[in-house]
Amino acid sequence: MGMTITEKILAAHAGKASVQAGELVECNVDFVMGNDVTAPIAIKRLRENNITEVFDKERIALVPSHFVPAKDINSAQQVQEVKDFAKEYDIKYFFEVGQGGIEHALLPERGLVLPGDIVIGADSHTCTYGALGAFSTGVGSTDLAYCMATGMTWLKVPETMKFVFHGELPKWVSSKDIILQIIGDITVDGALYRAMEFDGDTIHNLSMEARMTISNMAIEAGGKSGIIVPDETTEEYVKSRAQRPYKFYNSDPDAKYCYVKEYDATKLEPVVSWPFLPDNVHKVSESTHVSVDQVIIGSCTNGRIEDLRIAANILKGRKVDKNLKVIIFPATQSIWTMALKEGLIEIFNDSGCIISPATCGPCLGGHMGILSSKETAITTTNRNFVGRIGHPDSKAYLASPAVAAASALTGRITHPAEVMD
Amino acid sequence: MEITKVTGKVFKYGDDINTDVIIPARYMNTHDPKHLAAHCMEDIDKDFVNNMKPGDVIVAGKNFGCGSSREHAPISIKHAGVGCVIAKTFARIFYRNCINMGLPIMECPEAAEELQAGDEIEINFDEGTITNKSNGKVYKAHPFPPFMKSLIEAGGLMNYAKAKLAEKK
Ligand code: SF4
Repeated sequence: MGMTITEKILAAHAGKASVQAGELVECNVDFVMGNDVTAPIAIKRLRENNITEVFDKERIALVPSHFVPAKDINSAQQVQEVKDFAKEYDIKYFFEVGQGGIEHALLPERGLVLPGDIVIGADSHTCTYGALGAFSTGVGSTDLAYCMATGMTWLKVPETMKFVFHGELPKWVSSKDIILQIIGDITVDGALYRAMEFDGDTIHNLSMEARMTISNMAIEAGGKSGIIVPDETTEEYVKSRAQRPYKFYNSDPDAKYCYVKEYDATKLEPVVSWPFLPDNVHKVSESTHVSVDQVIIGSCTNGRIEDLRIAANILKGRKVDKNLKVIIFPATQSIWTMALKEGLIEIFNDSGCIISPATCGPCLGGHMGILSSKETAITTTNRNFVGRIGHPDSKAYLASPAVAAASALTGRITHPAEVMD
Repeated sequence: MEITKVTGKVFKYGDDINTDVIIPARYMNTHDPKHLAAHCMEDIDKDFVNNMKPGDVIVAGKNFGCGSSREHAPISIKHAGVGCVIAKTFARIFYRNCINMGLPIMECPEAAEELQAGDEIEINFDEGTITNKSNGKVYKAHPFPPFMKSLIEAGGLMNYAKAKLAEKK
């Protein structure tokens, strides 16, 4: 019986020839990640158990990204705890604000997470690295502590659901629309305890950036991971960045899937998730009556350079609606620099946007763009739960960078074709 | 987790209760359990902390704890004094976090459906049963898989880690 890419990676890291869905395995882990919110609790667990060493100082990244630059004294204390720990335990990859950014954009960019890896991160969007052909999944802080101490984790081998897309994406339809469409179809727990695998010529024609947007939101369907079999695009992306050797795995033609769904990509349309769950998906064309007070473009979902280029292309030479706040937050410092050099920052600035440093900022309702009780936002982030971006009565609509940028010009949810074609 | 029995009142919620409403991110600039407990369930039920008593039970629909990986969510529930969370299903990371840090949870679709807010219930963890004391109805919950049981018996994941590290040396 053939195996999926996920089963092959788990088997290899458990020292087994094969594994089957449902089996519990203990696996070696290639890379471990924690942030300024999740790492402090893990650090506490290590300290209270007198564990004074980590399994490998070069395979752990600690990335302050959520409440940085520290928004208040408590946040500053948390970052301090992480920084002190990194120094004391001699962790190689601690990213001070200004040198890093949002973890899920940062780690692939720096070649720290690679194809064939098992990556465990104390953040639910760790599934992003599946785009590279790695098995990566989010855990909580105690799991992070365990991984940092032992370099291992226990996992139940998940069943895999496969989503296959054929054909060319219509103009203005992006990878964000692909993943929102899937979540809308299978709902927020449609992939609970399962791996998601994305395949087909549409997926393999996407850039790595666009693929990461898809894997990033596997968790929004309840998925354990969201993987794409690596190909030439993957090789091109990792070869100059990789900090370690890596390995490509693929899925056997006779691998077993618990669910397969085929999509005709040529029929897709830009979509938006209405409050208050990511699976509340509607076509943009059916959402144009919704007026917005704020537009947010950025995050680990859609804050990469390609996303900013798409937004800038729409905003160039135009002014954002005068009643709107438009916040751009590039996902990493180097994306920020690229945006500056390419003239995107100037375009955003001239059109009336405000540009944030590379931080999670408003995505989780942290800081720099919190919504009042009366406000509605359209955002390229990944969650629209009650209170996610601010007051529990505020509302968030999830969309692609193109739709968010078009909406910035009109003050209501807008199809990019309306302002561009 | 040496608790074998819990008796308390039901607080009932719907499907897809996410970690952002269990403990909003605005309170996560610290991980002090007392502070997290004080804001437990705030964005879905702002009076929860004032109305509940130690041992009371949260009963919810499917996919409880979906969203972020924040262990702050089970920490806030545990330190608020909640005796157990019963749901139709749990989100994966939340489930793992509960096992790892010792918040009792039970997957029981039937009980999750039928129990009503205010019901007095008794939970027996050894037997995996939930009894509605108002009408005597008994529900049987899914037992933990054996590996998780051994984790819980070892005193949580960190004790398991110490044993593992000692074994390596
Ligand atoms: S950008 Fe948003 S989703 Fe991504 S890591 Fe930050 S808070 Fe989480």
